[in-house]
Amino acid sequence: MTPTLGHFLSLGAMLFALSVIGIFLNRRNLIVLLMAIELMLLAVNMNFVAFSHYLNDMHGQIFVFFILTVAAAESAIGLAILVLLFRNKSSIQVEELNELKG
Amino acid sequence: MSQTLNASTLLAVPLAPLAGAVLAGIFGTTFGGNRIGRRLSHTLCILGVFIAFVLSAMTLKSVALDGARFNQTIYEWMVVGGLKMEIGFLVDGLTAMMMCVVTFVSLMVHIYTIGYMEEDDGYNRFFAYISLFTFSMLMLVMSNNFLQLFFGWEAVGLVSYLLIGFWYTRPTAVFANLKAFLVNRVGDFGFILGIGLIAAYAGTLSYGEAFAKAGELARLNFGYGTDWMLITVICICLFIGAMGKSAQFPLHVWLPDSMEGPTPISALIHAATMVTAGIFMVARMSPLFELSDVALSFVMTIGAITALFMGFLGIIQNDIKRVVAYSTLSQLGYMTVALGVSAYSVAVFHLMTHAFFKALLFLGAGSVIIGMHHNQDIRWMGNVRKYMPITWITSLLGSLALIGTPFFSGFYSKDSIIEAVHFSQLPGASFAYFAVVAGVFITAFYSFRMYFLVFHGKERYDQNPDAHQGHGHDAHGHGEHHEPHETPWVITVPLLLLALPSVVIGFLTIQPMLFGDLLRDSIFVDPAKHGAMAGLAQMFHGPVQMALHGLTTAPFWLALAGVVAAWYMYLINPAVPAAIKRMFQPVYTVLENKYYMDWFNEQVIARGARLLGRGLWKGGDEAVIDGALVNGSARAVGWIAGVVRWVQTGYIYHYAFAMIIGVFVLMTWFVWLNR
Amino acid sequence: MDIRTGFFYLFSALLLFAAFRVITARNPVHAALFLVLAFFQASAVWLLLRAEFLAITLVLVYVGAVMVLFLFVVMMLDVDVDALRAGFWKHFPLAAAVGVLIALEMAAVLMGGFRMGEEPRAVPAAGQAAVQFSNTKELGKLLYTQYLYALEVAAVILLVAIIAAIALTLRKRKDSKFTDPSQQVRVHARDRLEVVKLPPTLPAARAETKA
Repeated sequence: MTPTLGHFLSLGAMLFALSVIGIFLNRRNLIVLLMAIELMLLAVNMNFVAFSHYLNDMHGQIFVFFILTVAAAESAIGLAILVLLFRNKSSIQVEELNELKG
Repeated sequence: MSQTLNASTLLAVPLAPLAGAVLAGIFGTTFGGNRIGRRLSHTLCILGVFIAFVLSAMTLKSVALDGARFNQTIYEWMVVGGLKMEIGFLVDGLTAMMMCVVTFVSLMVHIYTIGYMEEDDGYNRFFAYISLFTFSMLMLVMSNNFLQLFFGWEAVGLVSYLLIGFWYTRPTAVFANLKAFLVNRVGDFGFILGIGLIAAYAGTLSYGEAFAKAGELARLNFGYGTDWMLITVICICLFIGAMGKSAQFPLHVWLPDSMEGPTPISALIHAATMVTAGIFMVARMSPLFELSDVALSFVMTIGAITALFMGFLGIIQNDIKRVVAYSTLSQLGYMTVALGVSAYSVAVFHLMTHAFFKALLFLGAGSVIIGMHHNQDIRWMGNVRKYMPITWITSLLGSLALIGTPFFSGFYSKDSIIEAVHFSQLPGASFAYFAVVAGVFITAFYSFRMYFLVFHGKERYDQNPDAHQGHGHDAHGHGEHHEPHETPWVITVPLLLLALPSVVIGFLTIQPMLFGDLLRDSIFVDPAKHGAMAGLAQMFHGPVQMALHGLTTAPFWLALAGVVAAWYMYLINPAVPAAIKRMFQPVYTVLENKYYMDWFNEQVIARGARLLGRGLWKGGDEAVIDGALVNGSARAVGWIAGVVRWVQTGYIYHYAFAMIIGVFVLMTWFVWLNR
Repeated sequence: MDIRTGFFYLFSALLLFAAFRVITARNPVHAALFLVLAFFQASAVWLLLRAEFLAITLVLVYVGAVMVLFLFVVMMLDVDVDALRAGFWKHFPLAAAVGVLIALEMAAVLMGGFRMGEEPRAVPAAGQAAVQFSNTKELGKLLYTQYLYALEVAAVILLVAIIAAIALTLRKRKDSKFTDPSQQVRVHARDRLEVVKLPPTLPAARAETKA
C-alpha cells in the first residue's frame, strides 16, 4: 500500500495519542513531561508537512518552520525553569511543587 | 377694567414687610452679629407693615371706588416646556380686601408684640418672623398664578412652623410645630395634585388662562378606570389643600396645638390670616368649583362637620387660648359651608369680619394672660373686669360680634351664611343647615362661658393648684396675691383699634361686598344651578332692616339662649356643670380626648408610619438590599471563589490533565455535535 | 511494494517504538536518547515527503540543540528515579483509555473530512518538474516575501528566550569581589567616620574618690 495522506495523518494521530498517554503516565516527572510535549509538537509538525506535500502548498512547511522556532524557545525556557526549581527544591518531583495552590 | 394700578405700588406692598423682616432677621439676631437693637428692629418692621397697609388701603380705594384692576406678570422666572413660571399680581376686589385685612391685622399685631414680647430674648427674631409672614401672605393673596400661590402657601406654612415653635426649647412647642407642618403637608399633597392636574390639562399655571379653559375641562372625564369628572377631582384636590391650611376636619388637629406659640401669632396666623388662605383660595377658584356639584357638596359637608363638632370641643376647654382656637375652627367651618353653597362672597365677608373680632379676642386673651402673670387657665381667673377694664370692654365687644348679635359685624356675616345655606339644594344641605344653626347656640355658649369665667364671678386667682412663678415673673413685685393689672398702651391700643371694625364693619360693608360690584369680577357664581346669592339678594333690604329682622329669627334666640345658659351655669349655679359632666361622663371623655383623633393620629398613623419605615429599613434595606444583594453577592462570589480555588492545586500534571481534557471536549464538540 | 513504501513503514514503526519508549523509559537519560531516535525517524519520514530542508533542520536544530540541552539538564540534575516512578502503572488504564479515545476521534475527523486516498496533486508546470526543484529555495522565496514580518517576530522570540533563560538562571559568583564605583563616589564622610570628643586628661578628684 502506497502511503497516502491518510497514513501520514494517522501516524501523526498516533504520535499525539502516545504523547497524551505519556503525560498521564509521567505525571511526576517533569523532564519526561517536557519530552512528551516535544512529541506532541512533532506530531503536529508531521501533519503539517504531510498536508503540505499532498496539497502541494508550501505554506504548511513555512508553518512548521515557525513551530520549530517557537518550540526551541519554549524548551529553552522550560528547562531553565526546571533548573531553577531543582536548585531551590533539590527535586523535580511535581508533587512537591504545590506552593501555588489556591 | 377702567384703569390699571401702578405696578411699583403693588410691588412695594409685599416687599416693604420683607425688607423689614430681612433687616431685623439678619442684623438683629446673632446670625448677623446682633448689630441692631430692639427699638430699631421693631421700628423697621412696623414701618414696613405700615407702608404696606397704607398702600393696600390706597389700592382698595382705587379698586372699590374707581374700578381699577391689575393683572400682569411682574417677572418671568422660567418657561419649562410651554409652562410659564412667573411672578405676577392679580389685584381685584377680592385681593384688595384681603390685602387690607392682612396688613391691618398684621400692623395691630406688630404694635401689640412690642408689649407682649417685651421680656423675651427672641424679640428681634419674632418681629422678623411676623414681617416675613406678612410678606408671604401678601404674595399668596396677590398672586395671579398657581405657582406663586403655592409659594405663598408653603411660605406661610413655614413661618407658622417657625412661630409655633418660637420657644424651641419647650418640647410641647416643638411637637406642636412639627404636627402643624406635617398635617399641612398632607393637605399640600392634595393641593399640589390639584395644581398638577390643572397644569396638565389646561397647560397653564395662570389663573386667567386656566379659568378660560374651565368650560372645556368640565366636559372631560378623569379616566383611569373611574367615572369621575375631571373638574370634580381637581376641585376636591384643591380643597384638600384648603382643608389642611384652614384646619377643616379631619386635618384640623394642628390648630389647637398651635396655641403653643406666643399669642400674637395665634391672633395673626391662626385666626385672621393664614387659616383663611384656604377660604380665600376656594373663593378665588370659584370658576372651577361652580362646575362641580360633587365638590361643592363635599366642601359644604366638611365645613358643616367642622363647624358643629369643633364647637362641642370648645365647651369643655379650660385654657383661654384653646377656647378661642376651637372657636376659630368652628368659624372656619362656617366659612367653608358658605363656600359649599356657592355663597363665596358671604364666605369672604365672614372671613373679613371674623379676622377682626377673632384677632381681637386672641389679643384680648393675650392681654389677660399677661395681666394674670402668664396663667392661662380660666378656672383660676374671675372678676378680671375690675382690674383690666379696656381688655374687658374690647373682649365683650368681640364676643358679642362672634355670637352674631344684631348690628355687630359678626351678625351680618353669620346670618348671611345661615340664610344662604337655607337656599341650597345640594346633597347634605339639610345637615349643613342644622349644623350652622345649632352652632349658633354652641358658639354663644362657649364664648360666654369663657367671658363669664374670666371677667365676672369670684376671684379665684389663689386657688390655682399649679400656682407657680409664671415663667419668672416674681420680679413683678406682686407678692402672693397674683392680682392682674391692666396692660400697657402698646397692648390696649391695638385692642381698641380692632374693636372698632369688629363692631361697625359688617354694617358698613355688607351692601358693597355681597350685593355690589366689589367682588363681581372676582367671584363667579352659576345662578341657574346655585341660587343662594340670588336668593340673598332678593331678601336684602339694607343692613338696618336685616338687623331688625334678625331679632325675630331663630339664630338670635338661640344665641340669647346660649348666653343665658352660660350665665346660669357659670355665674348663678356653678354646681350645674359638674353635675352635667357626671351625668354625661362618656360624652365628656370623648370630648376631652378630642374625638380620639389625636390618639388615632399618634397611635395608628404615626406609629404605623414608623413601623412601616422600620420594616422597610430592617426588612428591605438591611435584609434584602444590604444582606442579600450587596453583601449576598459578595458572599456568593467569595463562596464560588472558595470552591473554584480547589482547581488551583499547584500540581503541574493536574493542569496538563485539564488542558488535555479540554482538548478532548473540544474535539468531541466538533466531531459529534457540530456535524 | 516499492522502496518508498517500505521505508515509510520502517521509519514509522521505529518512530512509534521510540515514542513509546520515551514515555515508558525508567531512566530519564534513556528517555532523552529515545527521543533523539524518534526525531531522527521523523526526519527520515519528512525526507520521504520531500521536505528536505525541514528534515535537516529537525536534525540540526532540534536534535543538535534542543535535545542536547535536554540531555545536559537530565544529566546535571540528580534525580531520584525510583520516587518518580512510583505509581506508574497504576495510572496506565486511564491513560490508555484517554489516548485511545483521542486517537479514535482524530481518526474519525480525518476519515470524514479528507480525501485520504489521493495521490499528491500534480505540480502545475510539468516542464518545471525537470528543472531542479529546490525545496529550500521554494521555502526561502515564500519566507522572505510573504512571511517576512513573521520571520522577524520569530527572531525576536528567540532573542527573548535567550534573555529569559539567562535572566532566570544567572547566579552571582560567590567568590568575586568587586566594588560598585557609583556607590563609592556617593559615600559621605559621616558614613565612614565619627568624631568623638574626649577630654585629654581625667580630673584628679575622681582618682582620689576611687581610692
